[in-house]
Amino acid sequence: MAKLSFPIGPQHPALKEPENLRFTVDGELVVDADIRIGYVHRSIERSCSERNYVQDLYLCERVCGICSNAHTLAFCQAVEAIVGVEIPERAQWIRMLMHEFERIHSHMLWLGVAGHEIGFETLFMYVWRDREVIQDILETVSGNRGHYAMTMLGGVRYDITDEMVGKIREGLQFLRDRAEHYADIATSEQTFLQRTANVGAVSGERCVELGACGPVLRASGVGYDVRRAFPYLQYDKVEFPIRTSELCDVLGRTLVRVREVIDACDICFQCLDMMPEGDVNMRFPRKVPEGEAVVRIEAQRGELIYYVRSNGTDVPERVKIRTPTLANLPVSLEMVKGGQIADIPIAFASIDPCFSCTDRMVELDDVNSGDSRTMTWSELVKLGRRA
Amino acid sequence: MQVLTPLFHVFVFPGFLFLIAFGLFASWVDRKLIAKMQNRVGPPLMQPFADLIKLLAKEDIVPESADRSMFAIAPLVAFAGVIASAIYVPMWSFQAANSFAGDLIVVLYLLTLPAFALFLGGWYSANPFATIGATRVLSQLFGYEVPFFLACLGPALVAGSWSISDITFQQVDGGWLIAAAPLSFAVAMIALIGKLERVPFDIPQAKQEIVTGPEVEYTGRRLALWKLTFLTETIVGSALIAALFLGGPHFWGIPFDAMPVWLAGLVGMIVLGVKILLIVFFLSLTQAAMARIRIDQMVPWCLLWLGIPALVNLGIIMFTMSRVGA
Repeated sequence: MAKLSFPIGPQHPALKEPENLRFTVDGELVVDADIRIGYVHRSIERSCSERNYVQDLYLCERVCGICSNAHTLAFCQAVEAIVGVEIPERAQWIRMLMHEFERIHSHMLWLGVAGHEIGFETLFMYVWRDREVIQDILETVSGNRGHYAMTMLGGVRYDITDEMVGKIREGLQFLRDRAEHYADIATSEQTFLQRTANVGAVSGERCVELGACGPVLRASGVGYDVRRAFPYLQYDKVEFPIRTSELCDVLGRTLVRVREVIDACDICFQCLDMMPEGDVNMRFPRKVPEGEAVVRIEAQRGELIYYVRSNGTDVPERVKIRTPTLANLPVSLEMVKGGQIADIPIAFASIDPCFSCTDRMVELDDVNSGDSRTMTWSELVKLGRRA
Repeated sequence: MQVLTPLFHVFVFPGFLFLIAFGLFASWVDRKLIAKMQNRVGPPLMQPFADLIKLLAKEDIVPESADRSMFAIAPLVAFAGVIASAIYVPMWSFQAANSFAGDLIVVLYLLTLPAFALFLGGWYSANPFATIGATRVLSQLFGYEVPFFLACLGPALVAGSWSISDITFQQVDGGWLIAAAPLSFAVAMIALIGKLERVPFDIPQAKQEIVTGPEVEYTGRRLALWKLTFLTETIVGSALIAALFLGGPHFWGIPFDAMPVWLAGLVGMIVLGVKILLIVFFLSLTQAAMARIRIDQMVPWCLLWLGIPALVNLGIIMFTMSRVGA
């Protein structure tokens, strides 16, 4: 059979988000792969520098529907670093709790999607049913199932009361047991193993070379976790292992994520034990003094980087977001090349991609001539339609 | 009346109407069972019927670059093949609507038609996903079809007949042939999953990879025909396995001879219906418990773990028969 080249997307029933993948296949073998993103550019960064800090909080929360808390957390940490304030300790612990709650919910969501991608619908249904428990916990704490709006400049919005603690502990214990059960399934169910072991393998060196991060990097045997390497909040006070796997494949990424759910539950238990009494937020100035800050946190998908520059007003001059998906995209192409067509969905899904979070537009000024360019609306439309 | 009886068999029972009605019911049972296993509510009884009506009412589109006649004929041939095969499979008594000395071979051939039609329909759709799906249909065919044929050979050898009605009738006195050919039965059941393109062998359809493969360009009436083909093939395939291995409508303690013809037919139909639903239950269970495997894993696995057991069972049967004969 001759080599066949076909596009997947930007509109395609198998994709949840618009992106354009181009594959060259020889029979069932993938010879080449390329990706084009940019179909869901929402100009969030630009919008951020036209609104004040409190409004930006809402905007950053909506960069992603799944890691929304990680984005507000990173933004607040950056702005607080510029102002140079230390938020109340209890607020830091609650932020950490929310951070780990979100990791649990996101990893479980991913496991369900992974089951779906390999045609294992029952796993999808079961995991998403259990995920309702963490959703209920999030709702109890923040009042919302998604876009929790929990983190605010100077602390967190709501306190965790004693009544909540009982429910949270109960739910986390259940989730911990279920996660252990799923780790068991992932290592024993034959069809699951056949579809994940030795699929989308990338070595640790190659991952580092291509700048991968998060669970993808750890599943290739590189033990890098921002929570340990550059501790923020109170992560230096809790104990947790850095989960790595030498398998380097989709199975390894699955195991790392499932075990991180277990660890996240343990971190939450420690948080609940060690949380001191006190205020959960403080007065925060409207205007932020001139300065800049870079913040890196370990979001569930990997290292999330926020850069904020202020100019002394209540509006930031520049907010730059680097989402983990962008860092993992180059390595995801490595995963599908040389593999089977059937492995494309699960190999891509194994980086836990979120394309709408990732889409940015960069137009560089010419350094030599100093020319800068302004694009008109019609030019942008034209650019958007080029596929 | 002489002319009407065959027409009745083709269009009403056990042909067209009955197969569609029972197929829709079995599909509801299947969907409900999977839903229960997956902790969901599942569809209401009339949902498969409503889906069918919806598809029939929808616009029928033929891609511009597709081969118009092949595209249109493929689902018709597939559906006709399944309906025709139903006439030779016992559905209510030990005698099928029609039978002759070699009808087992004809039924096996007719049940292969949907796969070939699916390949042609997909190939002439002129869509990369359909093309990949179509080649997968053919590759998969080699995996399950050979073991399925070998498995059906077992009961035929024991009964010493190539007529399905004959084989079924012999089981009234001789006991169910699953006892003589247990491996063949297991092989036939698993090969049936491949034939019906269900998890873990739904590789040609694989909605996450190639968006239902060969069916991707089909819409409206023609898509409904494909759905019907697989619904009815589920019934005919299950009925064939029930007839060959599980005694067809036979069950101990039911005195078919003492009943009037209409009652014997009704009871036989119910007994066989229950057996078919049990096979559907097996299909649902595997669908709920497994992930889809890859085509490069499926074909060698099938030839090794289905082909060899089927051959071993055939060998045992031939050896025993030669001893008993001598």
